[in-house]
Amino acid sequence: MAWPALVAFTVFGLVPLVGVLVLSFSSWSGLTQDVPFSGLDSWKSTLTDPGLPHALLVTFLIMALSWLAQTPLSILLGVFIAAHSRYRSVLAVLFFIPLLLSQAAIAITYKMLLDPNFGLGASLGWGFLQQDWLGEGNLAIGVVIFVVSWQWIPFHSLIYQGGVRQIPVAMYEAAEIDGAGRVRKFFSITLPQLKYTIITSSTLMVVGSLTFFDLIWVLTAGGPADATRALAVDMYVRGFRTGQMGPASAIAVILVLLGLGLALLLRRLGGRDTTESQLEGI
Amino acid sequence: MKRRNFLSLTAGAAAATGLAACGNSGPAGDTSKGGSGGGDAAGYWFLSGPPGEPIRQGAVDRFNKANPDNQIKVTTFQNDTYKDKLKTALGAGQAPSIIWGWGGGGLKSYVDAGQVDDLTDWFAQNAAVKNKLFPASFGPATVDGKIYAMPAETVQPIIVLYNKDAFAKAGVANPPQTWSELMSILPKFNDKGIAPFSLAGQSRWTNMMWLEMLFDRIGGPEIFNNAYDGQKDAWSNPAAIDALTKVQELVNAKGFVKGFSSVTADSNADQALLYRGKAAMELHGSWSYGIIKADGGSFIKDGKLGYFAFPAVDGGKGDPSNVYGNAGQFLSISSKASDKQKETAKKFFASMLDDTEQQGWIDSGGVPIVQGSNAKLASSPDKDFLNFIYDVSSKAKNFGQSWDQALSPSSAETLLQNISKLFQLQITPQQFATNMNATIGK
Repeated sequence: MAWPALVAFTVFGLVPLVGVLVLSFSSWSGLTQDVPFSGLDSWKSTLTDPGLPHALLVTFLIMALSWLAQTPLSILLGVFIAAHSRYRSVLAVLFFIPLLLSQAAIAITYKMLLDPNFGLGASLGWGFLQQDWLGEGNLAIGVVIFVVSWQWIPFHSLIYQGGVRQIPVAMYEAAEIDGAGRVRKFFSITLPQLKYTIITSSTLMVVGSLTFFDLIWVLTAGGPADATRALAVDMYVRGFRTGQMGPASAIAVILVLLGLGLALLLRRLGGRDTTESQLEGI
Repeated sequence: MKRRNFLSLTAGAAAATGLAACGNSGPAGDTSKGGSGGGDAAGYWFLSGPPGEPIRQGAVDRFNKANPDNQIKVTTFQNDTYKDKLKTALGAGQAPSIIWGWGGGGLKSYVDAGQVDDLTDWFAQNAAVKNKLFPASFGPATVDGKIYAMPAETVQPIIVLYNKDAFAKAGVANPPQTWSELMSILPKFNDKGIAPFSLAGQSRWTNMMWLEMLFDRIGGPEIFNNAYDGQKDAWSNPAAIDALTKVQELVNAKGFVKGFSSVTADSNADQALLYRGKAAMELHGSWSYGIIKADGGSFIKDGKLGYFAFPAVDGGKGDPSNVYGNAGQFLSISSKASDKQKETAKKFFASMLDDTEQQGWIDSGGVPIVQGSNAKLASSPDKDFLNFIYDVSSKAKNFGQSWDQALSPSSAETLLQNISKLFQLQITPQQFATNMNATIGK
């Protein structure tokens, strides 16, 4: 009985996708009901726009750095809360709170806390906190990555927690008999056994980072200048601020292709048996 | 032919369901005056927040009360999100009957898309409505010689506001009269830990006001007008380069508050910096007065707010009386509105800026765009400021429209992007000019 899912996917997934593809061959301003077609013009202007390589760079920078920041911490936290003890369960629940908040609310809160004149730094008088966090390009990217990590590390810890609990206890017992210590057990058993979990979690992080929009928009609006103008932000500005729905749709298509490509690449990295049961091999 | 029929049929059906959803009780398409009670109300979208919202709402309420057959339904939006929402609604054919806006390039894009009605004839027939208003306010309402919007509300020139306490603390006696004087007092404020100028740089149009005034003071209004008219390499004019260089000199001299690139205008944090004494001055629209009055406690009442016109630039060609800003706000009628809604809108236009509304704007610290409204200012507690604004606006040799409103939306975005980089010192004045020259004729 796959047809309800198929219908839902067609109506809400495929139809808009085809719509965007069609729009990318138009010069629609977004203001009229009829759509004037213009062939490859929108694609040409998008691909030759110097803003595109920059937006790609920002997107990949945020993707790579947020992956680097999230993955090791998530694994360590996941391993930590996977052990059975009561206070760790309580911690796991507390960790989860950031995930319950909306990105826009988080962004507004951080924006206020980081305000150089009225924020945390100015109120507490701590010089270190009194940076121009969102007003300087590199710092602003750092803040975006920090806030993203702050929100998503709990979620990925949970995935790793599940992964760790899947590892057969017998393996650890055997290792202990052989005299392996904690660190050795982590690197020789836990980490290799988490391979597929790492790939799943990384796929979610990497593909998900392509869609970061609300957080960046509220925090920095793509600024200062264009320091945090990632592809999704660029798409929005082109479409809704400058009324160039054609180029904006072209960027949307590029985003879809990027997401697909990255997901396939990560699958390939994991080997063909990624989706098979991990318990069979023991 | 068949396809056309199908399309018009579906459009009709959509309109019918749309009307039904609005709870329309009268017969559809009823255009007779004084039709059945209720009728289809004209939608009116405008910006939320003080001081404008209650005044606009009040005008609508009085109109609805006086015209039981012509009702207006209000929806309000925050400034930065409003334009996007409006564009989406226009594209989807769901625009309100009455469209609140800034005129200029935005209005032109609506006109080009056939979304708003030509009001030239209506103004010809209702000369009294037209003659009541400042003639300058019709500039941004006019596209290719035709009037597409009703000018409304207040005139809002850009001026410099300052904190008298901060001036006293820094030992600065008088507001600067010239650019060199302005540059010379910057260290006095910085030495006392006060930022010379507040600036909401993340919003970008706030930075643009500096360029508007400097371009005009140094080279006169024609420098920007040349670029607007599509003259080749207009941004490389020596006066333009001089103005762009002066802005970067100001940034380098720590002229602006720390972290200005992360301050947004929508949160009114830039005015807060001024009245809390963290910044001494601010170049901003005259509407700041209303915001400071509403949010700044007793700051204005205690006589701590000062104001002056943008200083002259030594050796500049521009007339120092010239000013930039909003010559008014602008209301257009959606061409998709029903006849009944259009009739309601026009009736509403004729009723606008009555004595009560004028008083409302005056009480909020604004000058209505009504000729001779200065006669009403004498009784206002803000009369000094309001007379200053009336004088600045009515005596200006040239009242320029904000650049981002005058330009097409896509050129405006490129401009704002480059302005942001200029203020971040990421590009030189020459690079700015090159980038902007590339947009000319596009």
